[in-house]
Amino acid sequence: MLWMYAKVFLVGGFICLLGQLLIIKTNITSSRILVLFVCIGAVLEGLGLYQPIIDWAGAGATVPIVGFGRSLAKGAIEAVREQGLLGVFTGGLTATSGGIAAAVVFAFIMALIFNSKTKKF
Amino acid sequence: MSKKIGKQTIAFRNKPSVIGFYSVAGMKEGEGNFKDYFQMILEDDLLGENTFEHAERRLFELAIKNAIKESGCKDEDIGLLISGDLLNQIVTANYAARSFNIPLLGLYGACSTMAESLAVGAALVDGGHYNNVACCTGSHFSSAERQYRFPLELGNQRPPTSQWTVTGSGCTIISNKPSKIKVVNATFGKVIDYGISDVNNMGAAMAPAAMSTIIAHLKDTKTNVEDYDLILTGDLGKLGSEILMDLMEHEGYKLGQNYNDCGQMMFADRQKTFQGASGAGCSAIVLNSYVFQKMLKGEYKRVLFCATGALLSTTTVQQGDTIPCICHAVELSVEE
Amino acid sequence: MDIEERNKKYNEYVQAKIPKTKNFPTLIYAFVVGGLICCIGQGIMDLLMLIFPTMSVESATAWMLIVIIFVASLLTGLGIYDRIGVFAGAGSIVPITGFSNSITSPAVEFKREGIIFGLCAKMFTVAGPVIVNGVAVSIVIGLIYLFL
Repeated sequence: MLWMYAKVFLVGGFICLLGQLLIIKTNITSSRILVLFVCIGAVLEGLGLYQPIIDWAGAGATVPIVGFGRSLAKGAIEAVREQGLLGVFTGGLTATSGGIAAAVVFAFIMALIFNSKTKKF
Repeated sequence: MSKKIGKQTIAFRNKPSVIGFYSVAGMKEGEGNFKDYFQMILEDDLLGENTFEHAERRLFELAIKNAIKESGCKDEDIGLLISGDLLNQIVTANYAARSFNIPLLGLYGACSTMAESLAVGAALVDGGHYNNVACCTGSHFSSAERQYRFPLELGNQRPPTSQWTVTGSGCTIISNKPSKIKVVNATFGKVIDYGISDVNNMGAAMAPAAMSTIIAHLKDTKTNVEDYDLILTGDLGKLGSEILMDLMEHEGYKLGQNYNDCGQMMFADRQKTFQGASGAGCSAIVLNSYVFQKMLKGEYKRVLFCATGALLSTTTVQQGDTIPCICHAVELSVEE
Repeated sequence: MDIEERNKKYNEYVQAKIPKTKNFPTLIYAFVVGGLICCIGQGIMDLLMLIFPTMSVESATAWMLIVIIFVASLLTGLGIYDRIGVFAGAGSIVPITGFSNSITSPAVEFKREGIIFGLCAKMFTVAGPVIVNGVAVSIVIGLIYLFL
């Protein structure tokens, strides 16, 4: 149990550390980091390399945005096997629809409730 | 006698004077190094308005109204309001002017607007066209941030070369009536671009413009760096100031103890603003509080105020253009 | 001196002049905060599977993501997430909570320009490229698998 959480912590932390390293070295914006990591996740899944990481580290690999890219690719691959060409188009977004819909609807609700505030630091 | 001296400088032979000044500073600025000098420090940077753009307008209104009051004039005594800000179509200056029964001359010089408006105002008074003019500029951290950078709530880190846009507004009343502080001459700067494209390193982009204008001023007026009690740049920040000193030294001018930068001085280290302050409000509130107060006390007799501005827009940045910059200098002196 | 050469020299000089900040602590902060967010995710998953023993790992993962997306969105609205971000950097950008933050923050920010053209239109200013690129890559991968 504790070992599982240690693995989650190490893998999740390591992925974030890579992101921070990129920020420091290249002054990259957060938007570009997210794009890059999603693409990396999708490519790793395409090569069949990401599932083993998830099996080993659970949420440590699914919570980082890399996991989102992996879901897109996994959805596309599975849908292609079932539906052929149509799956190429439907697969990716179907697999990630939960996350996107949640992000959109919660963003909408929060925006109705809250106003933006000035940064203190 | 010609009113133009040298290549870029215009002299004000009738010596227009500063008869009133006022600064309004935001909360963070009010905790910084100049907290004892600002005439007004905000407790709420929305000023009870719904949007930051509205709040910025209120800042302008407060600064203009109080500066006029301070000068002992009435609204109708002011012939012209010369004003500008950082937002697209200089909306803050334009919309704030609705509240006053004064003609408006809108300017855009990015963060150099304070020096630009002072120079234009002093020229108009010197020429006898107006008796009194009000020169105002300012900026608001939150409205600038959402126009130039990212949404306020986005959880990103600011790069170590970045600066913090000042929330604040300053207004100066220039008049042909006698007073202690005189506007002696002004040097309008050329647009200078040394090929910096990093929007998070404005200090480095603007330093060459500051160098160009300061050197032009010194040459035109046949003065030396040592002749001034204070040479004050607008918002180069810590890094930009160091670069300016290097550049000046390379050209054979040594900026010493009498040189400083508003952006560098504004915040205390504990306020975590990296290179310091920036924005049109930065030089405006420092000039209209600290500098003028010190001049009235006689601690500074001759000041060269050089506000620097980066003339970029979000579109030019996204299209990969480098950042053109400008610096205008105004020489102020105390005469009994 | 040639202007291009002057600019090149100046850029090199500025690069050398930029202060070398202590980067090491931010790497640690990113590691720890990122790791903790993932652990919270794992905790939610374990809790879900404890309450609903029949739930598959896939469904638990999906639910867990929705929960942390909600929490990040709420913290963004409350103005807390950006403070975590200042401290943690990539530690709070790279997890899916950062994706949620990047959608909620423009929505909250641009509400003042109206619901349709402000809130809704600007919602994807930061996260839009993520979805566009993600979908594009997934389609390419799908096509590759189609012909394999």
